[in-house]
Amino acid sequence: SLHILTPSTQKVHLSLHSSLQSTPSEIQLQILTANLQRAEEIMKLKLPNPGLDDRILSHDELERLEVEEAGDRPKWDNKTQYMLTCVGFCVGLGNVWRFPYLCQSHGGGAFMIPFLILLVFEGIPLLHLEFAIGQRLRKGSVGVWRTINPYMLGVGIASMCVSFLVSLYYNTIIAWVLWYFFNSFQDPLPWSQCPVNANRTGLISECEKSSPVDYFWYRKTLNTSAAIDETGNLQWWMVLCLISAWAVLFVCCIRGIETTGKAVYVTSTLPYLVLTIFLIRGLTLKGSVDGIKFLFTPDINELANPTTWLDAGAQVFYSFSLAFGGLISFSSYNSVHNNCEQDAVIISIINAFTSIYAATVIYTIIGFRATERFDDCIDGNILSLLNTFDMPEGYINQSNYQEVLQSLNTTNSDIIGNLALKTCDLNNFLSEGVEGTGLAFIVFTEAITKMPLSPLWSVLFFIMLFCLGLSSMFGNIEGVLVPLQDLKVFPKSWPKEAISGVTCLVCCLVGLIFVQGSGNYWLALFDSFAGSIPLLIIAFSEMIGVVYVYGIDRFNEDLIFMIGHKPNIFWQATWRYISPLIMLAIFVFYFSTVVTKEIFYSAWDPESENFPTLEKKPYPSWIYVIIFFLAGIPSLSVPCTAVFRAIRDRCCKKQPSASVQELDSVSYKVHMQDEELKSQKSQKSDQKIYR
Amino acid sequence: MITSIFLIFYFSSTANILVCNDTQRVSFVFVVTSPDDPTQLIPREQVEQAVKLSKHRINNVFLLSDMTLEFVGIPPTLAAPIVYDTPPWLIVFGVVIGAVAVGIMALLMSTVSKTRRAKDKAAGFAGEDAGIVKENGTTLSSLGGVYNQAFSNDDRFTQL
Repeated sequence: SLHILTPSTQKVHLSLHSSLQSTPSEIQLQILTANLQRAEEIMKLKLPNPGLDDRILSHDELERLEVEEAGDRPKWDNKTQYMLTCVGFCVGLGNVWRFPYLCQSHGGGAFMIPFLILLVFEGIPLLHLEFAIGQRLRKGSVGVWRTINPYMLGVGIASMCVSFLVSLYYNTIIAWVLWYFFNSFQDPLPWSQCPVNANRTGLISECEKSSPVDYFWYRKTLNTSAAIDETGNLQWWMVLCLISAWAVLFVCCIRGIETTGKAVYVTSTLPYLVLTIFLIRGLTLKGSVDGIKFLFTPDINELANPTTWLDAGAQVFYSFSLAFGGLISFSSYNSVHNNCEQDAVIISIINAFTSIYAATVIYTIIGFRATERFDDCIDGNILSLLNTFDMPEGYINQSNYQEVLQSLNTTNSDIIGNLALKTCDLNNFLSEGVEGTGLAFIVFTEAITKMPLSPLWSVLFFIMLFCLGLSSMFGNIEGVLVPLQDLKVFPKSWPKEAISGVTCLVCCLVGLIFVQGSGNYWLALFDSFAGSIPLLIIAFSEMIGVVYVYGIDRFNEDLIFMIGHKPNIFWQATWRYISPLIMLAIFVFYFSTVVTKEIFYSAWDPESENFPTLEKKPYPSWIYVIIFFLAGIPSLSVPCTAVFRAIRDRCCKKQPSASVQELDSVSYKVHMQDEELKSQKSQKSDQKIYR
Repeated sequence: MITSIFLIFYFSSTANILVCNDTQRVSFVFVVTSPDDPTQLIPREQVEQAVKLSKHRINNVFLLSDMTLEFVGIPPTLAAPIVYDTPPWLIVFGVVIGAVAVGIMALLMSTVSKTRRAKDKAAGFAGEDAGIVKENGTTLSSLGGVYNQAFSNDDRFTQL
């Protein structure tokens, strides 16, 4: 409360002093400005935060640390590694398989408007905030929030929990990608044709009713059971792929950023190369331009739909991998005068550009596939007409199909009726709206089988997905490993390699849930609940924590120290009011839609009536307990840790936090280092005398 | 029986194939007679079986495909699935896992050797600190003394 009173009283005092020499209207103006300033000061709410100065390094200490390189914290070899790691973390599978779907289903080109607006007002400020706070406090997420206020430790723990849960299922997706990658080294590709049944009289019925790509995905890859409560067995081939995914991740993260910094040179750049190759290849295919036109044709009416804005906001938020704690860790390894403002803007632009670029590439291929399907459909109809009416070859082609059909319908409508001709609509094929795993493993793989040299395109595509996923996993694992070290879960004597090894092993073992028969459904469950609501809560708490608990004034001063100028009005407005409001709005909408409607999952059930359409089944009742754990534990750890700490401080009163904080604070450690150096020097001088 | 039908097609002898009911589109009904006895027809099932087995080769002879040459009532046979001894994906998996294992070993070895070298250096520095007094202030050598090798710590050279 002292902070609120002191500056404002000073300002009021000054304005009163100057008013003695001015006219009445000028006095009024000055009193008005004084009142406005005082109102602003009160609005610049700052929650009490005792002991903050003891917990953080002052600017001078930071400067000294920078010059002497006295800290034992790892550092980036160069700026490129840092930028590539952050870009890799932000650019992930969502840019390839979520954004194109959203773009196309929410009015194409018109979707860019809410997307870019929310990028500027939500994504960039949050990104800048995380970079700046990590660079200033030089700790991982748990350390940062514990430093800002010990009661905010829950935010760091929530970040760690979310990173852990997301790592579990995200690496399973990478295992799926690896399975397809391993299977791409053969011609013909195994998903290009249905396998024959036992006595070679026909195709396997499950495959015949659906399609070879569906069959390969649901049966040969997942071997999925019909419902989430039928666990099925562990699929041994997927266990092998899961082990390889975690092994590759382990080798890249074995020494923290020392090794990931080298790996990102490949994993962050290769996707762009492959996307470009696919763009060139895609544009030469028939129907690609139809795909692009379909993607970008704007439908302005969609802007009036609130779901469009909600989805755009959610996409921006999740696409930036905010609130995982990984970005805070990465920027804490930077030099203290790194220009984090510029980095935030550059990375946001790269992320947006990648989303749009990937959407274009994906839709050239989807356009090609839709055109192929349309051609097959029409050709099938033409063939049956030709066969029925004994017409010569080439009598009907695509251009005169409609008129010939009309004329035949007038003369022989009963025969036409019996023929069961399929309706072929190109737009229908284009909008077979697929996102997520359906896009990558069903639609795109089918398109690849129709291209010449399919194994090559398949290998390229899955290597790209692998790199995209792996570079995001680096950030997730960082968000798990660094808090574990800060919370002192592992003994100090353990080397970094052992810690990463144990973490990867535990995650791999827990991840075996996702490679059993019902694993696909569990993954969808985790994706919807662990990776959605808790992140919104964490991000909101982060903004409140930095702006109101740490103090926006102190934060501004830190930024002046770090990058040399005060963040301008745009940053002030977004950090204080606009971005938290947007986060709150998204959270409220999300929460209300999830809580109100009954949740279903889509199951692949060969016995169902609508097979091959996925069947919507309700979750069994015990799933709600699991959902509560997934979404509840990270979200509730934010308030619960504060309450727990408060109770602990209240009942174990002895020497309150002060002494504990002294040992924890880095300034104390630097002080101790100084003391040690001094004592060593004095020891040496003693020895000199004796010699 | 089956080989005789092949002989019919490959040697373009139409002596045993009688054609009737042909229409505008090249479609016809045919029967096959036994080469030994022209009056005896080969039963339909056997002809069907033969066509089923060799549809692919019949297509090639006419330069047609399953879409353009249809034997009414005889669905096209399905190509035999390619059977691999070791599935190719297992081979690629083996290569990847092998590379990863080599990588892990290499990194762990380098860590172990780094810590060993650091330990040696630490032992070496402890010895050096005692022997070479630092820059500020007078050193023994500047006082005009001679450095006596007998008292230096040479242990580190004998270690591996």
